Amino acid sequence: MKTALRFTALVMLAAILAACAREVVEEPTPPEPPEPTERPPVETDRVDPRDFSDARNLDNPDSLLSQRVIYFEFDRSNVRSEFRPIVEAHAEYLRANSSARVILEGHTDERGSREYNLGLGERRGNAVEELLRAGGVSSRQIEVVSYGEERPVCRESNEDCWERNRRTEIVYTAR
Amino acid sequence: MSLPEKSFLPSATMARRLSLAVLLAALLLPALASAQLRIEIVDGVEGAMPIAVVPFAWDSDMPEPATSVSEIVSANLHRSGLFDPMDEEQMIDRPTRPTEVGFGTWRLLKVDHLVIGRVTDAADGVGYEIEYHLLDVHTGRILMSQALPVGPGDLRFGAHRVTDAVYERLIGTPGAFATRIAYVVVTDRDGDDELFELVIADADGHNPQTIVRNTQPILSPAWSPDGRKLAYVSFATGRSNVIVQDLYTGQNRTVSSDRGINGAPAFSPDGRKLAVSLSRGGSPDIWVIDLDNDDQREQLTRHWTINTEPAWAPESGRIFFTSDRAGRPQIYSMRSDGSDVQRETQEGRYNARPSFGLDDRHMAVVWSDGNNDFRIAIHDREAERLRVLSDGRLDESPSFAPNGSMVLYATRENGRGVLAAVSADGRVRQRLVLSEGDVREPAWSPIIR
Repeated sequence: MKTALRFTALVMLAAILAACAREVVEEPTPPEPPEPTERPPVETDRVDPRDFSDARNLDNPDSLLSQRVIYFEFDRSNVRSEFRPIVEAHAEYLRANSSARVILEGHTDERGSREYNLGLGERRGNAVEELLRAGGVSSRQIEVVSYGEERPVCRESNEDCWERNRRTEIVYTAR
Repeated sequence: MSLPEKSFLPSATMARRLSLAVLLAALLLPALASAQLRIEIVDGVEGAMPIAVVPFAWDSDMPEPATSVSEIVSANLHRSGLFDPMDEEQMIDRPTRPTEVGFGTWRLLKVDHLVIGRVTDAADGVGYEIEYHLLDVHTGRILMSQALPVGPGDLRFGAHRVTDAVYERLIGTPGAFATRIAYVVVTDRDGDDELFELVIADADGHNPQTIVRNTQPILSPAWSPDGRKLAYVSFATGRSNVIVQDLYTGQNRTVSSDRGINGAPAFSPDGRKLAVSLSRGGSPDIWVIDLDNDDQREQLTRHWTINTEPAWAPESGRIFFTSDRAGRPQIYSMRSDGSDVQRETQEGRYNARPSFGLDDRHMAVVWSDGNNDFRIAIHDREAERLRVLSDGRLDESPSFAPNGSMVLYATRENGRGVLAAVSADGRVRQRLVLSEGDVREPAWSPIIR
């Protein structure tokens, strides 16, 4: 009984919070971001991690397809050679799965002006897009969105954080 | 244990949930709106002018507000860094009319100027009238006398107008006290659910009002020249859009939502056009949207590099912007039809986000000489001189006061975003701090008539 009561209270609280959130936000809420890779563990022993056409490898930590962040140097937007195999793996996947779609989210560190950084973030997204296109991926499968410095993954003002924030994230909206 | 379906909740619970939500929202909203910037003087000028703003007589049937008109005027003058107002407790005399002033007393107290006055009910019964006088203690002359009508809720703004007039009479340039500032506050930095709020407040930090809230980024607020509208960039849809919002009606309108970046809005001096940066062509270029003409748009730059942060120069009407066409961000200018492009900055490896005040001569920018520090600097375009005004490492988003006296900008302090202001000559410094949250993206309004 006690548990049931507590449970009802929890549900109500959640409902109230949900309703509140709607009250407070005055602009339409954006579409849900695609779920991060929280899927049941893949039976990796039966998958070849080098088979980049296989969707199971997107969640297989042994496969390059599970890597979806490309990092950049300060004020640069060229994809460094060490990241090319990752992009090429995704190109192969997208080529083999024509209904798959990606958003390339371009990001920068916090230094410099925000609007210029929007441009820089887009350039980083475009650099990955060009590589995917060169790998035979259709432009219909790709969208580039720049967030500039507005969405850091690391919030301290030091080189370690800046390095982690200068990135393009490959986000699958359809697999 | 699995969660029940939503329909599990009986309708009575639904009703209670709704009323609770309304109640909670009502409790939350004022709390969110009332976080107020505190403005502190960091540096004032040596030999600031001694002045006394004597408490004004309150001659009205309405109750006197907690903060009096004279206190607001006095605090404004102090904050400017150019005046040294006398403490009220030290005033041994409290004249409210010129005939009551004994100048000898004030000379002994070493005060140069005196502001006295009274607040009465308006003759037509709506609101108040602030009658005030500025006196020169040494000559015994009245420098200025005015009767200013103010609306019932506008006493604070009336006090700012009084300060504007006193400042202009004594300093020689218009004051910028009767203005507003817009800024973005970001809270909940630790969690993923950051809340972005676009806030407008009086220039002294009072009366903050949140005009937009979202869990997605908001940036680049820009005022219309009449102070009625704000343009800004919102990621509410998950992509950048340029929105124009009417501050009086609250109505907002998406004026640009093309593929790619929609950013960096700036109203033209006549308020009819909006310069923006759009990357619909593959890279960010400057475009102008004709707000009076079905939002028709014209492309001004055509260059494969980044072209952004347009700013209209107040005198020539030329459009200044940031471009890295020569490899690194520098400021360029062009006519408002896109012709006659000229490079404007040479000094420093990084010059971006131009901002103007009263004239074309002084342009504030984000500046770096190539190390890791980004600072606010003013280019004197006539003397071809650069003055670095700030000493932070991550200073950005400079915004000139409409009278050209100060530059407001964003900086970081102990890992938090705060605002700071510095006078154009670098002598006066203020910090504007919020009790919690990150403050950024300041924009100083035009003078509001």
